[in-house]
Amino acid sequence: MSSTLQTSTSVGLSVSQLVIKYGDVTAVDHVSFTAQPGRITVILGPNGAGKTSTIEACEGFLAPTSGSIQVLGLDPFLQRKQLNRLMGIMLQDGGIYPSARVGELVQQYCALYGNGVDANALVARVGLRNVATTTYRRLSGGEKQRLSLALALAAHPEIIFLDEPTSGIDVNGRDLVRSIIRELRDGGCCVIVATHELDEAERIADDVLVFHRGNVVASGTLHELRSGREEIRFRSNSLIDVHSLSTTLGFMVEQTRQHEFTIAGTCDSRVIVQLTDWAKANNVDIGDIGAGSQRLDDVFRRLTAEPAS
Amino acid sequence: MKLLRIQLACELRILARNGEQLLLILGIPMLLLSFFGNVDILPTGDQSSINFLLPGIIALAIMSTAMVSLGIATGFERSYLVLKRLGATPLGVPRLVLAKAISVLVVEMVQVILLVGLAFLFGADLGELHLAKLILGIALGTLAFSGIGLSLAGRLRGEVNLATQNALYLVLLLVGGIVFPLQDLPSWLQWVGRMAPSGALADVMRDVFSGASTYGTSSLVVLLGWAIAAQLSAFTFFRWN
Repeated sequence: MSSTLQTSTSVGLSVSQLVIKYGDVTAVDHVSFTAQPGRITVILGPNGAGKTSTIEACEGFLAPTSGSIQVLGLDPFLQRKQLNRLMGIMLQDGGIYPSARVGELVQQYCALYGNGVDANALVARVGLRNVATTTYRRLSGGEKQRLSLALALAAHPEIIFLDEPTSGIDVNGRDLVRSIIRELRDGGCCVIVATHELDEAERIADDVLVFHRGNVVASGTLHELRSGREEIRFRSNSLIDVHSLSTTLGFMVEQTRQHEFTIAGTCDSRVIVQLTDWAKANNVDIGDIGAGSQRLDDVFRRLTAEPAS
Repeated sequence: MKLLRIQLACELRILARNGEQLLLILGIPMLLLSFFGNVDILPTGDQSSINFLLPGIIALAIMSTAMVSLGIATGFERSYLVLKRLGATPLGVPRLVLAKAISVLVVEMVQVILLVGLAFLFGADLGELHLAKLILGIALGTLAFSGIGLSLAGRLRGEVNLATQNALYLVLLLVGGIVFPLQDLPSWLQWVGRMAPSGALADVMRDVFSGASTYGTSSLVVLLGWAIAAQLSAFTFFRWN
């Protein structure tokens, strides 16, 4: 039982100088970070950034080439048996017999973990009571995700790894999953979420790690990542000479997307007045002016931008 | 013990729900026994068709369950990441393997009872059953065929594994002297048949049901060799995910 285990829960997850190589290819290159219990740590990164390899190593599925990992104070390889009782995992896809029925599967996993989780209550909690007798292959994409989440929750986990937990789920389902994730956090669980969805990360993250090319290129609280990077955002359908406007305003102006522009490094209202004066003088239409901290997707783009060839 | 029981129940439940596997492990052997046991078209000499067929069909049933059914199911479980997911529970690999082994033995027991019962209904002479050799034959045959099935399942993609297991099943059925006597084949093919695990198991089963020792220990030795080699191969080549 979990109570008899000698686990260190002051740090939920500690990764130190982790290196993972596949042949000559280095997928993870001397990565170090920690994740705390009672917090939601979101791991972001483009495809091939090394986040899945890192998570699989933390779950004990993949042997690191070098470095060390401590999950709840346990080595995920040498103490896998003990860790499996305390750790919940949600695979991005699959992991379930197609002919298994929802209710009996949750019952099976609750019994395997033996941590006192009530299977019927869990099925209801993830909103699958109406499909409890349905086989996995007949579930919708969102229902499959919620079943996968239920199997992770069957462990009554002290640490949980969730891979793209809201992928393919409708709006109501997403709200439900988010509320479950927050409940886990509030109950003291160390929650690790890997996702591509920046909007999702922005909604649930306490801490964020950004992976790029096998390295952690940024880490901190959501607020820390976004702060110190004020900007003014506006839209315009006109052609704008960003160099000329940058000189006029004294701040760097960038076109971030089609018809979308940012003035980096300030959210001063005087600059907004200067901008509107410039627009009027040059007969340029501008709108949707906003000011504040940089959005997470802009932070992410900046950190993971590939150099132009 | 509790975890083993939970997983065993799951294995049997999943198996019982899989119509294709039930057809393979129960339907085909019983159909072959019923059809060829009741028509006099096999060159069985003085021996009745049903008496000739029963040992070979039991060998076929063991091959179906231990190799094809286990191999295909495990291959798909690997593809679907079921094994990976279970690997992160307290179940552990030894209990998972044991649950699969027991489920195979349970199915084989049901197969033997049904096939022997069916043969009895069709008038088979079951007078001199050699029970110890039956158990030994089933044990060695199960080790040999499960080793082959898991070796393929542990390396090939789900669909390729399915096709390969079925093709191998057909080849082993044909060369194993299961539905017609080996002595009616060309001599080189007879040798291949006697060296094949299906042929060796069929010979062992013939001794079991005749109470004689026509094939001596050579078939048991061949089967033992296959059991060791196949299990070593499975341990070497099997990948959980």
